[in-house]
Order: sequence, then C-alpha cells, then structure tokens
Amino acid sequence: MNLIIPVLIGAFFGVGLYLILHRHFFKLILGLILFGLATNMFIFVIVDLSRGSTAIIKRENEVAVEPFADPVPQALLLTAIVIGFAIQAFAIVLIKRVFQAIGTNDLDDLDKTDRIDQYYK
Amino acid sequence: MIQLLLVLPLLVPLYGAILCLFCWRKLQVQMAIGVVTQLGLLTSSIFLLQVVNKQGIVTTQVGNWPAPFGITLVADLFSCLMLVVSAVVGVSVFLFSLRGLDVKRMDFGYYPLLLLLQLGVSGVCLTGDIFNLFVWFEVLLICCFVLIALGGKKNQLEGAIKYVTINFLASGFLLTGTGIVYGLLGSLNLAELALLVRSAEAHPSLVTLAAMFFLVALGIKAAIFPLFFWLPASYHTPPIPISAFIAGLITKVGVYALVRLFTLVFVLELELMLPILTYVAGFTMVIGVLGAASQVDFRRILAFHIISQIGYMIMGLALYTPLALAGCIYFVVHNILVKTNLFLISGVVAHRHRTFALRKLGGIYLKQPTLALLFIISAFSLAGIPPLSGFWGKFMLAKAGFETGSYGIVATSLGVSLLTIFSMTKIWNEVFWKKKPETTEDEIETKVEKYENRLLHLPVVFLVLFILVLGLGAESFIQFTLKAADQLLNTDIYINAVLKDVK
Repeated sequence: MNLIIPVLIGAFFGVGLYLILHRHFFKLILGLILFGLATNMFIFVIVDLSRGSTAIIKRENEVAVEPFADPVPQALLLTAIVIGFAIQAFAIVLIKRVFQAIGTNDLDDLDKTDRIDQYYK
Repeated sequence: MIQLLLVLPLLVPLYGAILCLFCWRKLQVQMAIGVVTQLGLLTSSIFLLQVVNKQGIVTTQVGNWPAPFGITLVADLFSCLMLVVSAVVGVSVFLFSLRGLDVKRMDFGYYPLLLLLQLGVSGVCLTGDIFNLFVWFEVLLICCFVLIALGGKKNQLEGAIKYVTINFLASGFLLTGTGIVYGLLGSLNLAELALLVRSAEAHPSLVTLAAMFFLVALGIKAAIFPLFFWLPASYHTPPIPISAFIAGLITKVGVYALVRLFTLVFVLELELMLPILTYVAGFTMVIGVLGAASQVDFRRILAFHIISQIGYMIMGLALYTPLALAGCIYFVVHNILVKTNLFLISGVVAHRHRTFALRKLGGIYLKQPTLALLFIISAFSLAGIPPLSGFWGKFMLAKAGFETGSYGIVATSLGVSLLTIFSMTKIWNEVFWKKKPETTEDEIETKVEKYENRLLHLPVVFLVLFILVLGLGAESFIQFTLKAADQLLNTDIYINAVLKDVK
C-alpha cells in the first residue's frame, strides 16, 4: 500500500501532463482533471494521512490522545479539492465555448492570437 | 483599530462586489458602488501605508487564533506599497471602463469581477500564510479567467484557453510545493517557516525541492524566461480596461510573491537560486525586448515589454543586496503604473481609430497633441530617460550590480534599455508621427464620441501625475524603498512581529 500510492500518483502526474500536451480538446479536459487529482493525492501522501485515527478530541479529554490525525492537511485537501473542482468546471465550459465559437477540436488551430501576419492584411 | 485597518483592503472590495451582485441589472448602481469602493480601497491602503511606515510591521490574527495555528495577515512596507499602487491602478482602470467598455460586457458582471480581482490582489499582498497565498492566487486567477473570456469573442476565448491551462498547471505546482513544505516542516505560517528553515532539523536539499516548485509556479505567473509564452498569446485579447488591469498588475503580483518567499523562507537555497535567477533575469529581459521588436501591433508590443520589464525585477532579486531589492521594489511600483498607463493610452487611440495595428494608425500627433505628450512621458519613463521614474529604478539596479561585481547582467540590462527605446520610438513613429494611411477608412467622429474620447484622457492624466511624482520626487521615494528592502532582508523583524504572542 505504501508503495502503490506514490507510484500511482507519479502515473497520474505523467498521464495528466501527457494528456494536456495532447492536441485534442477532450483530452485536455481529462488531463487537467487528472493533474488536479494528482496534486491532491500528492498532498495526501506527503503529509502522511493515516487511516483509522481522527482529529476529534473526545469530550473527557483536554488534549488529543495518540494516535490522532493531523487536521491541517485535511483542511488543505478539502480547500484544494473545492478550488480545483471550480476551476475544472470553468475550464470545461470554456472549452465547450471555444469548440462552439471556433469550430475545431484541435489545439493546433488555436494559433490566431500568436500570428503576426494577420496585422499585415 | 489598526487590526481593522489591516482587514479593510480585503473587506472593502469584497463587500463592494457582493453589493454589485445584488444590483445585477442596474448598471448605474453598480458604477456608484464601484466609485465608493475604489476610493475606499485607495484611502484605506494609504492609511495602512502611513501606519506601517510609522509603527513598523502590523499583524493581525484572523478569528483570534494565535499565530502559527490561525491565519495571519501581515502588512509590511512592501505589501502596503503594492496595495496602494494596485488601488491607484484600480481607480484609473475603473474610470476608464466607465466610457471605454461596451455595455454588454458590463452587463455580465464586469464590476463585481474587477472588485473580486482586487480582493485577490490584496489577499496575496497581505497574507502571512503559505497555503493562504495559494488560495488568494486562485481567487485572483479565477477572476482573471472570467475577465479575459468576458464577451466571448473568438480570440478572447482562444487567449483564455491558453491562460487557463498554463495557470492551472502553475497552481498545481504551487499546491505541490505547499504540500512538500508542510510535509517537511509541519507549518504553513510564513514566519514560523522562516524560523524552522533556519533550524538544524530542516533538510536543506528537500527544502530546495519545495523552493524549485515555488520558483516554477510563481515564475509561470510572473512570466519569467522559459515560462512566459502564454502572456503574449492572451494579454492583448480582452478589451482595454481588462487587459490594462491584468497586464499592469497580475504578473507583478507573481514577482511580489517570489520576492516575499525568497527573502523570508527559502533563504538557505540562495547559493543555488541566485545564479539561476540571474540567468533567468537576463534571458527574460533580452527575449522580451526582442519579441517586442518584431511586433506590429500596439498592444502586442506592450505585452512583450511586460516580459522584458519582469526581467529587471528578477534582476533585483537575483543581486540580493539592500540596494538591489530596493531597486526591485521601485521598479515594481514604477512598472505597474507605467504599463497600465501605456495600455490605457493604446485604448484611447483605439477608441477613436478602431484599431491597434500600427500599419493602419497614424497622424495622432496632429489631432491629439495632448495624448502624444502623455504617451511620450510614459514611454520615456518605461525606457528609463532621466528624470522620469524608469531611470531611477534602473540606476539603483545598475549601481547594485556594479557593487556586487555582476557586470554581465548590468551590461545586459543597459543594452535592453536601448532596445526598449527602439520599440517605443517605433510606436511613436507609426502611431503618432507618420501620416495617416489613406487607404484606411476615416474614423467615425460624432460629437458624443469626441466628448467620450476626452473623458478617456482622465485616467491617463491621473496615472501620468503619479509617474511624474515618482520620477521627480525620486529621492524621498528611494529612501522609502530602501527602508522597505531593509525590512525584507532583516527577517527577524517580520518573524518577531508575527510570533510575538508565542514567545
């Protein structure tokens, strides 16, 4: 288990980046989602979230009793997931609008804003 | 009372934006709210700057949770300066958008979005928490995304998709870096991190890994050398008020975050980082200015110049002496004002002539001599002609470079200045000096439009005043930036100010 998840995260990062570099719009969306997922899971592993223990202090105790989970990374993850979700949702709508407006499915066709020759026409 | 003053730059735009959302269909009311909020933001930032100047660093703990556990807001001189400058830019862009933006875009929530964007900028400048920094960057970016795509023109959408993708990646790197920092050091508070990094238990090599993540992430946002390609592809696509605000301010917020982190937290990696940053600075300057030389569109020339100017700021960070950092701060302030102003001027020109292409423009010197004068002040200031503001920034950086013996970067920066003059002269010759090409149709000029065009001069004059003050009153302002740089380098002041309750 301890070995599987880091390898999995590495795979997610790799696949995510590969898909983002792909020319197809739909793969761009998939890539963004996978990349967001990979960053979230990376935090999951690096701050060592343990199973079975909670961050809640029982009523009879003054302080938390070992083993307890660190609540900060949980808060970080929740925030990061929400933000990532919002941006992904926006990106999906944007990509759909681009597809409707420009009528192409290929990122290579999106070179109009970079071309100089259009100003000589 | 001071605590309240510290939260005001966040609360004012937030409440302004919420009020605007309630008046979705009433543009007049939104404009009125906008006026009040912009002025409120400006006055509260100026007050905060005065207080910080008098009393030193001001901090507050949100929700009264003590320092390393809760979220801290910190205002030192550099962050206050950023707040004031962004408020000034906010006022001028707001003024410009009253006449210079189409009603359709305003109907779709331009004013609340602008205010939320300003909220994000204030947040980045005030936060004392590394995860909070990430969150504020996201607030700022999502507003940028929507503003760039607002209106849904073809090339806007095209620019937006590039901007969104690269910034999503950058945010991912920022988050990964934050995760590494927390995993290594077990804290998110910048002041406590600064302490922990200097203690014996820190693993220097692993902290370097985190530092690299932050360098790449913030480097993308600040558009430094190998990571800038999204900027000239997207910044010229939205309408002028939006691109002026974003182009003037947002990349500099990235520079601000870089300076903050690399003077406070990642100080042990400097032996590795500073040479990298020096090369990055040199290449950023040169590539930016060469890119600008090949362009034939008013806004795209300016967009490439943003990149080249970012190089100077990074140079200040890379030299890492008090004078160099002061130069960096001076340059950030100067550049935000000048760059926004140049974008606004291109907007005034395009409002009358309906185009940004240099080939189709011309003869403005005869028709609008005031505008020509305003442009020449800003352009000379950007290129660094004394006694205008750009000169003093470059002078401080060059002097700091000579003092540390880094002649290569100084020579590069001076060479790039010459090329900057070249591009500015190109705009001057093409837009203002040469005869208006006969092939193009005449611009439509009704009485109302002439009146509107005159109104559009107002924000430009407003910014030029600041630029002149910055240049002519350089002595006192340089002293001020030196003080701010001193605060940045003496990290103990910052740490003690934040963690005073703990000790």
